[in-house]
Amino acid sequence: MNILSLFVVVPILTIVGILFTKDFKGARVVSAIGMGIQLVLAAALVLMYLGARKAGVNDEMLWTADYTWFKSLNIHYAIGVDGIAVAMIGLTAIVVFAGIFASWEVQYLSREFFISLILLATGVFGFFISLDLFTMFLFYEVAVIPMYLLIGVWGSGPKEASAMKLTLMLMGGSALLMVGLFGLYYNSAPDGGMLTWNILEIAKVNIPVAAQRFFFPFTFIGFGVLGALFPFHTWSPDGHASAPTAVSMLHAGVLMKLGGYGCFRVAMFLMPEAANEMAWIFIILTTISVVYGAFGAIWQKDLKFINAYSSVSHCGLVIFALLMMNKTAMDGAILQMISHGLMTALFFALIGMIYGRTHTRDIREMGGLMKVIPFLAVVYMIAGFASLGLPGLSGFVAEMTVFVGSFQHQDVFHRVVTIIAASSIVVTAVYILRVVGIILLGPVKDKHHLGLTDAVWYEKLSTVMLVLAIAAIGIAPLWLSDTIQGSLEPIIAKLTVFNPF
Amino acid sequence: MNLGQFILMRHELLLTIAAVFVLIAELAINEKAKSKIIPIALGVFALVTLIGFIPAEPGVLFGGSFQSSPLTSFMKNVLNLAVLIIFLQSEGWLKKPENLDKVSEYFILTIATLIGMNFMISSGDFLSFYVGLETATIPIAGLAAFDKLKSRSAEAGIKLILSSALSSGILLFGLSMIYGATGSIYFTDIAQNLSATPLVILGFIFFVAGMGFKISLVPFHFWTADVYEGAPITVTSYLSVVSKGAAAFTFSIILFRVFNAVFDQWQHLIYVLAVMTMTIANLFALRQDNIKRFLAFSSIAQAGFILLGILGAGELGMTAVVYFVLIYVFTNLGAFGVATSVYNASGIETISGYNGLYKTNPKLSLLMTLSLFSLAGIPPVAGFFGKFFLFTSAAGRGYYILVLIAVLNATISLYYYLRIVKAMFIDQNDQPVPLFRSSPMMRASLIICLAGIFLVGFVSGIFEYIRDLSHLFFN
Repeated sequence: MNILSLFVVVPILTIVGILFTKDFKGARVVSAIGMGIQLVLAAALVLMYLGARKAGVNDEMLWTADYTWFKSLNIHYAIGVDGIAVAMIGLTAIVVFAGIFASWEVQYLSREFFISLILLATGVFGFFISLDLFTMFLFYEVAVIPMYLLIGVWGSGPKEASAMKLTLMLMGGSALLMVGLFGLYYNSAPDGGMLTWNILEIAKVNIPVAAQRFFFPFTFIGFGVLGALFPFHTWSPDGHASAPTAVSMLHAGVLMKLGGYGCFRVAMFLMPEAANEMAWIFIILTTISVVYGAFGAIWQKDLKFINAYSSVSHCGLVIFALLMMNKTAMDGAILQMISHGLMTALFFALIGMIYGRTHTRDIREMGGLMKVIPFLAVVYMIAGFASLGLPGLSGFVAEMTVFVGSFQHQDVFHRVVTIIAASSIVVTAVYILRVVGIILLGPVKDKHHLGLTDAVWYEKLSTVMLVLAIAAIGIAPLWLSDTIQGSLEPIIAKLTVFNPF
Repeated sequence: MNLGQFILMRHELLLTIAAVFVLIAELAINEKAKSKIIPIALGVFALVTLIGFIPAEPGVLFGGSFQSSPLTSFMKNVLNLAVLIIFLQSEGWLKKPENLDKVSEYFILTIATLIGMNFMISSGDFLSFYVGLETATIPIAGLAAFDKLKSRSAEAGIKLILSSALSSGILLFGLSMIYGATGSIYFTDIAQNLSATPLVILGFIFFVAGMGFKISLVPFHFWTADVYEGAPITVTSYLSVVSKGAAAFTFSIILFRVFNAVFDQWQHLIYVLAVMTMTIANLFALRQDNIKRFLAFSSIAQAGFILLGILGAGELGMTAVVYFVLIYVFTNLGAFGVATSVYNASGIETISGYNGLYKTNPKLSLLMTLSLFSLAGIPPVAGFFGKFFLFTSAAGRGYYILVLIAVLNATISLYYYLRIVKAMFIDQNDQPVPLFRSSPMMRASLIICLAGIFLVGFVSGIFEYIRDLSHLFFN
């Protein structure tokens, strides 16, 4: 079997395994084993990929496989990965594995919880390996729908409403997306011949510009909803705030990246002319996302809301950078996806752990946690520093690359939006430091908090893993850049041919 | 013509034999052992269903009045399969003391309507089409009023018969205009002589209005909710699956075959009907609390989706419609099966009554959830594939905006399907429906539905098979 198919098969087998467990202990052990295997596979994939590139393999996609599924519509199960997909798979594997340990103590309907969580992960892995638009869309929806139950059953606060809002908005996004995909399919052979869903095949033809102008917004916004593109981001704060820990981690860390990934892999890559023409609209929208998200985070009192708005800001930056369409900025966009995926997962894991102890997420009710739970507090600080872009951690590398890349444009428009977007770094520093100051430092506000215990082994495992990954990217970003860079070239080549700037 | 050609009519003939067989069994069986008819009828019907799958050559009987092709045989098989599942699900209800003395009537009436539907599908002229339509409709009124002592059931029966009489009248009026314009009632002749004259268009509009009643398209849907609610639950499932499926099949055959020449004219009408049907039915479904009424509106909305396949006129459209109905059979009957067993066990028909069902009856709840996801078109269950291909066929004709409206409607529908999921999984209940065990027949039917919900989507061979059949049909 193709190594990539294993990324779908292993989670499915894990789900089957969970079905045979008796109680929550069995379920979590099986989940941890399954996702552990997945993590090892992902690590192997990264090494194999780097090895193959070093050996001079120049194919655009590696380990491709293609099985015909619905013959008359030319639907295939087509898979293959390039460096970007490999990096995203690695990110997903890390976050899912950490998520399992962050939900180690879920006891209410735990089997169902882990099954839904891993089903979601299956969708994400499947999405990243797909080269066929149909299968890609199928996996995309598989990743979205378990969310409803995960938030609705195991969430907190106004969970039913949040779950419904999130599901409906994301499904509305996929409605737009579906139209875009049909447009791509029916325009995939303008000179006659077999219509196709295969991304690489479609990339070879030039889709008529009129069709591109019509379908690009559908596709881009469809993915953009999942990437929290302003003004379609409103599901994100509510959804993240109500979701259980592991789900917030996975959702902000990985699922939102599906949006960004789809934006360039499908919308921009396949419809370059329209992408160039309309980029300015979406650049404005994402600039708003970046700044608005950051300012939104300042006003929030709930830790999860703060982080959710911060995610809106950071994910906005991903799409912002993608739309700059030059090598440096897009490289930064991918780095930002990985970096934000890791640090937001870490944030949500920590918030879940703190909430599990203090039973509140309101920052006004906490204080001086550094004295009682030093381990979690320190890790929280590290996550915060990564988020505000402290050199040596992943956030700095990503944001630096993004802004350097976007400033390379010579015209006024791009420079102005870059300056505006870059101002979010300052705002980020404000809300991160403010929270750190309020909840971690100073005297202990609530005397009940004095008896709190620090992290236990599974919490440490979960967080340390993420911290290490963040630090690794921050200290040695080159190996990640190497993985990504070659793969961006075909996309950029296609985009810049039509670049009017 | 020789007797051997009657093999073309084997579905209809076998069903007739089955109906007569049940009638004789009724006479032969002791008054006190009436429930024995159930396994006998089921066995016979299962046999009929099985024989239906034997492939047969295409052919024409009675000078073109009866047309059979592998595709029409397949449609009939789909309907047979659906009825078989419904029969399996109706066992518990039939065994209730008030129904025991009319068990055989239930089977005979159902089979009689099915015969009518088969004739409708195979009709080659408007006369046999109309006869089939009436044969299909009138016994259903009897079935709707089956709980004759309940006033709601009687009301459902009378509503159904009155509104279908009206719709039949309208339909006939339209057909008479088309006859006037073309001088023939044979499909092949009409198709050749048809041109977009005002008379033909008017006749066509009346025809669509009449068929709209049967498929319950908005704005001809008003009878649906009341009838669905009043009728016994198995009859409701019959109405919403088999009756609707047969009407959709016939509608698409006639539109593609007879009115193909005026496609440019009818596409606008169907377009508007599709938008109205999906949107209005969805908005009504949002507020229902009775599960039968809820499923009624959901099935109206599904009919709106079918119209998208009809708009994709041609091979792909036909394939998508048949494939969708096949999936819809398993999906909707899965949902109805759960509703029936919950009703049989506890008498609950409201959505709020389903609160906390997952704690007590996890397997039923899971099946219900999968069925609802399939109705909403969520992968990896079959409904996703069905809807996707309907949309593909409509998009192939360039109806991108319509597809967008449809997918947005599918999103709205997700809201109310999720309401039931929420009731079962999330909402708390002090007295949930206690754990119960369905009868073996019910379980068998649910397993068939479950298998269908999973397999029909993933196994691409089924779709390709239907595609080949409709390729034959059009050439």
